[in-house]
Amino acid sequence: MFIRKLSKAMLATGALMLAGCEGGVLDPKGQVGMDEKHLIIVATLLMLIVVIPVIFMTLYFAWKYRDGRDLEIYAPKWAHSKTIEIVVWLIPIVIVIVLGIITWDSTHKLDPYKPLEHDAKPITVQVVSLDWKWLFIYPEYGIASVNELAFPTNVPVNFKITSDTAMNSFFIPQLGSQIYSMAGMATKLHLIANEPGTFEGISANYSGAGFAGMKFNAIATPTADDFDAWVTKVKQQASTLDVEQYKQLAKKSENNPVQYFGSVQRGMFNYIVMQYMHPDSNMKSMGSMEGMEGMEGMHDMGNMEGMEGMHDMGNMEGMDHAQHMQHMQHMKDMDAGQHSQHSTPSHSTTEPSSTVSGEAE
Amino acid sequence: MSFFGKLTLESIPYHEPIIMVTLAVVGVIGLIIAALITKHQKWGVLWHDWLTSVDHKRLGIMYILLALVMLIRGFSDAIMMRTQQALATNGAAGYLPPEHYDQIFTAHGVIMIIFMAMPFMIGLMNLILPLQIGARDVAFPFLNNLSFWLTTSGAVLINISLGLGEFAKTGWVAYPPLSELAYSPGVGVDYYIWALQISGIGTTLTGVNFIATVLKMRAPGMKLMQMPIFTWTCTWANILIVASFPILTAVLGLLTLDRYLDFHFFTNDGGGNAMMYINLFWAWGHPEVYILILPAFGIFSEVISTFTSKRLFGYSSMVWASGAISILGFIVWLHHFFTMGSSANVNAFFGVMTMVIAVPTGVKLFNWLFTIYRGRLRITVPVLWTLGFMVTFTIGGMTGVLLAVPGADYVLHNSLFLIAHFHNTILGGAVFGYMAGFAFWFPKAMGFHLNERLGKASFWCWQVGFYVAFMPLYVLGFLGMTRRINHTDNPAWNFWIYFAAVGAFIILAGIILQFVQLYVSFRDREQNLDTTGDPWNGHTLEWSTSSPPQFYNFAKLPHVSDIDAFTDMKEKGQAYQREQTYQPIHMPKNTASGILIAACITAVGFAAIWHIWWLAIVGFAGAFVLFLVRAYDNDVDYYVQPDDVTRIENAHLDNVTANLTNVVRG
Repeated sequence: MFIRKLSKAMLATGALMLAGCEGGVLDPKGQVGMDEKHLIIVATLLMLIVVIPVIFMTLYFAWKYRDGRDLEIYAPKWAHSKTIEIVVWLIPIVIVIVLGIITWDSTHKLDPYKPLEHDAKPITVQVVSLDWKWLFIYPEYGIASVNELAFPTNVPVNFKITSDTAMNSFFIPQLGSQIYSMAGMATKLHLIANEPGTFEGISANYSGAGFAGMKFNAIATPTADDFDAWVTKVKQQASTLDVEQYKQLAKKSENNPVQYFGSVQRGMFNYIVMQYMHPDSNMKSMGSMEGMEGMEGMHDMGNMEGMEGMHDMGNMEGMDHAQHMQHMQHMKDMDAGQHSQHSTPSHSTTEPSSTVSGEAE
Repeated sequence: MSFFGKLTLESIPYHEPIIMVTLAVVGVIGLIIAALITKHQKWGVLWHDWLTSVDHKRLGIMYILLALVMLIRGFSDAIMMRTQQALATNGAAGYLPPEHYDQIFTAHGVIMIIFMAMPFMIGLMNLILPLQIGARDVAFPFLNNLSFWLTTSGAVLINISLGLGEFAKTGWVAYPPLSELAYSPGVGVDYYIWALQISGIGTTLTGVNFIATVLKMRAPGMKLMQMPIFTWTCTWANILIVASFPILTAVLGLLTLDRYLDFHFFTNDGGGNAMMYINLFWAWGHPEVYILILPAFGIFSEVISTFTSKRLFGYSSMVWASGAISILGFIVWLHHFFTMGSSANVNAFFGVMTMVIAVPTGVKLFNWLFTIYRGRLRITVPVLWTLGFMVTFTIGGMTGVLLAVPGADYVLHNSLFLIAHFHNTILGGAVFGYMAGFAFWFPKAMGFHLNERLGKASFWCWQVGFYVAFMPLYVLGFLGMTRRINHTDNPAWNFWIYFAAVGAFIILAGIILQFVQLYVSFRDREQNLDTTGDPWNGHTLEWSTSSPPQFYNFAKLPHVSDIDAFTDMKEKGQAYQREQTYQPIHMPKNTASGILIAACITAVGFAAIWHIWWLAIVGFAGAFVLFLVRAYDNDVDYYVQPDDVTRIENAHLDNVTANLTNVVRG
């Protein structure tokens, strides 16, 4: 009894302490995180239906059937009972069936690749994990930031994630799901903040010496105007994220301060993804990126990581060869046919927000 | 490239005081041991009776010694990690820079899984399995010796990495591209590769050997469905070893090609893809955790049925539940990376399959409960470990099923919640099982009892320490703390980090008490001899032999007609029977081939790590020649003469008769 009381008391204090704590996955500020918290609680309660009796029975049986007790009901040869066997197989089976249905359903609902259903038009952020910092590119605004991510509250954010180093995991615990960032491919994640605030963002996959300092602030601005103000602030920065700047940025650094880039060379994200796709497609072909704004070829590349077929990670590396060659051909065409022009940061809509939302699940 | 490849005097980490002091201490202890052996003139005994032994019981003891030594190393790493995290809060740097800290958590994982848990499990299996099936040794005694020395070879390499060069800074999974040359140019990952590769081959050979043993060497009359439950769970584990370890061998081979010959299987560039490594690694890695836990389940079954003096409830359920776990264990590997971006269908499939494993596992728990039901449970040290396991593992199983829900894993993946979960199952499951087995079979292996009071004290330290150390990690996981962090800066975490560090020291007390227990038990062994060979009134055949068993195990092979073979014999009055005549017993001779071949292979591994190619060639040629010599050696066996057997058996049976009044007859 003492142990039961004790464990009850511990559970209660534990729950209080957790409830009192701010931050973390049990203090979600967005729909995805809230759904996941709910799922964790439901699954845990369901399992406690069998876990608590088992723990109780263990202690009770050990006590009741201890050697030398008064009440003698010793049955040394009793080792089989059809009824008990059926019951002990059935109980876990029933619970697993219920949990299995919840799992199947929730996995589809919470699929990180699935765009969120929301009235507001989503914004797109391209995320690059570097040694040891996070680069965020806003293709719709032509700006970029390091270790600071901002977006308006109550607006879905479509993340496209890649890495230009070892594998990391892009994770804002208070908003919900995380997804790996991997070089040479783009993964996707859809999140939303339903409350304004500044949330800690981390890498949740160890990537080397500077890993512990690979943190960023995810700022959910209270209104769209606040977000526009942030964008304006970033745009005022003179620095442009072009290939030279990027090369500098990609060098190893730890505990990087927040940095802003007032403009970003077009197609930067795709360039970062594509540099591992073919030995020839490294820095020198970047020259052609400069003139790519609005090009048909660009649109094609924009779709690249949004392709439905890519949804299955198995295909991801498989950027099919023909498609890749087509891309290379575009590059060459542009080299040959286009005069270079510096891109100005603009609210270009050629980036595939339409593609993403149009992607049927 | 110089004569010694990449190896120079600069490779010794002079600048790391922690390492240098450790090396000095290890050196001093080594010298003391060597001096003691010389003083007592035991070098000959050590070489002829132990290092070259092909006796499964002696190999079992050596495996467990290896596991205990590596437990000290792995636990030192653990306590350094906990203290580092406790000191490095609020933005402080702590005392271990990432350069060192990252090696420590990698070494901790590799050592605890590959060089502590595996040798402990294989040691207990070596010690007991042939006795349980009434065999005189394993199917291939020399191969068994070679397997042990190959495992030791890997352990030697990983320990050399402490004083020469560095160990991997990649985490124990060594995911590329981080483990590729581009991001890990040092020798650390090479130490990892060769230590795992060599010991992994040893483990594969063990699996083959023990499958052959249970299929071909069972005592007359023993059907498969009459094998003791520990033998059954080990058999499932061996099937898993044979099916999964070749995957590890292959994936490490591919990584070797990447690092040594500029291949691009897993690199970022050149068409490589790290996802392939991650899949293959866990296609081995997940069955590996069942390889660790299944024999532990077997131990709990033996302990519970012995100490309740009752038959195991639902024997065939137990056998088939273990089989179901083994098979399902092969189709759940993707749950280690739900966050890689697979489609919802794929994630949901692997999530549900993982949950299905909870069914046979739950059945096992209920079967243990109903074995206790209407029994007479003696609360001994092995029983305490078992009860502690049943409570702890139930919690670990619950958090495991929670992690198997992809929607939950998306926020808990790689967090300290995960760390708490797998320590909850591997420590609270597998290691508690080995501790139970250790206390249970110690009198059998050594011939004297362990001190019960110190054993209980140690158990309580472990048990309380476990909860204090790991329950805070569940909380930290919920608070968003991820694994492998060198320092933190979050006030909400501090309390729980300190809490966990206290737990690590309570476990340390448990480990110290265990070594004190060993010392005290050895000191007082004369008063605590196990004279009958059956100290617990056991059910199975290992208890029908003397303690320690004769080198030939059974003078006459027993005839088996029941699952609880020895209980059956005791009830029919067939136990401890004197035979008029004995047949000559065919036994294998000890051989130095195993240790010498493994020494050559260690040299190959060391040479490959440091790119000393001439040494690699010499080592490989040496191993090959030694193998040929052994293969063509016909002087590998002998017969124990009936007179000798009669003399040994009568001495033992006289002893039994004199002491049998103390034994509760079943």
